[in-house]
Amino acid sequence: MEWFVQQLIYGVQLGSLYALIALGYTMVYGVLRLINFAHGDVYMVGAFVGFYACTAWLPFKDLNAHPDAVTTNIALAIIAMAIAMAVCAALGMVIERFAYRPLRNGLNRQDARFWGFVGAIPLAVAVSDQGAPVVLAVYAVSGIALGHVLCPVVAWLRRRTVLSPSRLNALITAIGVSLVLQNGGLLVFGADPRFIPTIFPESSIALADGIHVGIGQLAILGVSIALMLGLRHIVLHTRRGRAMRAISHDIEAAKMMGIDTDRVIAFTFALGGALAGAGGFLVAALTHVKITPMFGLLPGIKAFVAAVLGGAGNIPGAALGGVLMGVAEAFVSGSQHLSTYRDAIAFCVLVVILLVRPAGLLGQHVPEKV
Amino acid sequence: MPWFAVRVASIAGAVAALYLLSGLLTATIEAYVLQVLVQCGIYAILAVSLNLINGITGQFSIGHAGFFAVGAYVGAAWTMLWQPHAVRVTSALAMGTPAGDALNLLIACALGMAAASLAGAAVGLPSLRLRGDHLAIVTLGFGEVIRVLLLNIDAVGGARGLSGIPTLASTGDLAVFWVFLFLVLVIAVSRNLMNTTRGLTWLAVREDEVAADAMGVNTTRVKVTAFVLGSAFAGAAGVLYAHIMTGISPDVFGIDTSIIITTMVVLGGTGSVTGATLAAFLLVALPEMLRFMKDYRLVIFSTLLVLLMLTRPHGILGTRELGYATLFRRRQTGSPGTR
Repeated sequence: MEWFVQQLIYGVQLGSLYALIALGYTMVYGVLRLINFAHGDVYMVGAFVGFYACTAWLPFKDLNAHPDAVTTNIALAIIAMAIAMAVCAALGMVIERFAYRPLRNGLNRQDARFWGFVGAIPLAVAVSDQGAPVVLAVYAVSGIALGHVLCPVVAWLRRRTVLSPSRLNALITAIGVSLVLQNGGLLVFGADPRFIPTIFPESSIALADGIHVGIGQLAILGVSIALMLGLRHIVLHTRRGRAMRAISHDIEAAKMMGIDTDRVIAFTFALGGALAGAGGFLVAALTHVKITPMFGLLPGIKAFVAAVLGGAGNIPGAALGGVLMGVAEAFVSGSQHLSTYRDAIAFCVLVVILLVRPAGLLGQHVPEKV
Repeated sequence: MPWFAVRVASIAGAVAALYLLSGLLTATIEAYVLQVLVQCGIYAILAVSLNLINGITGQFSIGHAGFFAVGAYVGAAWTMLWQPHAVRVTSALAMGTPAGDALNLLIACALGMAAASLAGAAVGLPSLRLRGDHLAIVTLGFGEVIRVLLLNIDAVGGARGLSGIPTLASTGDLAVFWVFLFLVLVIAVSRNLMNTTRGLTWLAVREDEVAADAMGVNTTRVKVTAFVLGSAFAGAAGVLYAHIMTGISPDVFGIDTSIIITTMVVLGGTGSVTGATLAAFLLVALPEMLRFMKDYRLVIFSTLLVLLMLTRPHGILGTRELGYATLFRRRQTGSPGTR
């Protein structure tokens, strides 16, 4: 019984994190019918931004040395989380603008300039030991130059390509972006795993005999519920949210009603990115996981599984699916004999549920019209 | 001469030519390039076999590494665990002689292909009920489940994997020979399939499943057959991989491998056999060619991938094929392989 409740608490906490990531997946899937594979890597970037905020940018104090710094640390943590969310929202928008929008609308000159700057990153890194001004100068010059080289190429290609939205094509683009972020992360952050030092009290509250709930767990749960309520407000009660729902219902009709679909889609990516950034920060700051550039891959895929489980494109479904998966995983990893099957349980649950309800738990099955 | 005698003679001639050619390659090319070439071949088998499922039948499967793993482990299990028992029954199975090695490799391939196609049938069944992205995520999950299962079976080494698998292609040129033999086989099967009425039903399922059903195509059978056939060849690739690398572990067959195989199919042009082969060679050889850029090579590689997808939305070749028909004739007239 104690074991059961303890695992349940852990599962709900894990599940609320999955839910945060899954929401980003499901919103993007709702508006674009695209599996945004790079979302898990946005989460990774959130964790790294959190790491740098906690260790370098903000004056956090190690609680082991300064036990009285709890309040300032909490205030700083809120700022750090806001930074992580902002960076990830911006990253989400950049990904949408320069990788997914050309898929819908074709490449243009701005895309060429952007990709020029991406191509210039290796050059900038190559001279990184020369000091900041040199690096910036090299980066700017080579980025602009590369962009100018790419412009005519892009114009030529644009004349030749016939746009046809293919799902596989979009998926591979998303996978490519994910690889760019992972390998870029390896380059920028390095391959060594990082840890955030103890900046929050690690005490736990005893609910009953043998059942403890950690402060960190409570914080993760509370923050994610607050964020989900905020998202619910945005989606249901603002003009932008209504536009999002309209696009996910029928993008062509939404365009004809005067909705600037590109802007709303960018906004959707920003929202999803912000949630993933918050999730990454919470995990990094409160659970002492190893942060590596690859650490977004598996949580990302599991979160997408959670989104599909709840019904892809369905926002409450993603939250439900996330919690369900977290609980299932907690029970499997907490049990004695099955703990090594931890990474497989998510998919087993998914297969069973999809065979019973092919549209997911809360998804609506749309019969095919002939 | 009856037509099948011509056929058999030409196939035997082609195999002999391949054998001579692989001997020639081994004698002239340096070992490292040869190893890259073998890797290219193995991934090309995987890509062309996935193309049977993904490109020709249009079933969105992205968990091909699972079948690759099943083939590799079952093949390795034959040579490491079962063959020692079998050799006591009949000494014809003894390894060490060229004939014995070849026989054992063929048996391992047969077992690996059978096991992988069973796994393929098991994954094909959900495809009867699921479509598009949902099917994709289920197949991806299935590959991951296979990996976790292998991680937990102690008889095949668990997380350590199997090492010291006897190499049945010890002389080097044999590795090239076997890999390219199977590559030619899977390409021939795909190409010939597209020129038969049976293959037409597969293409019909890709183009419009409901319409194909209405025209009397047994879509259930087509989809499961595609999964079985595609995964059987992935299993063969696994057996070859195990006996050339002589060491396998569950890590080799993770999600990233599945993803790279899918990428090859899409990058080459979904449905194009030539495209899948070309893309496999490109995606294996490119990171090697970029090696002089050290740490940046993977970033450049992935950026190139995104850019290729943005600039060539239909893949390198689209649905076109390269072959005698397209090389020596200006315009191809209505081959079933082209849309």
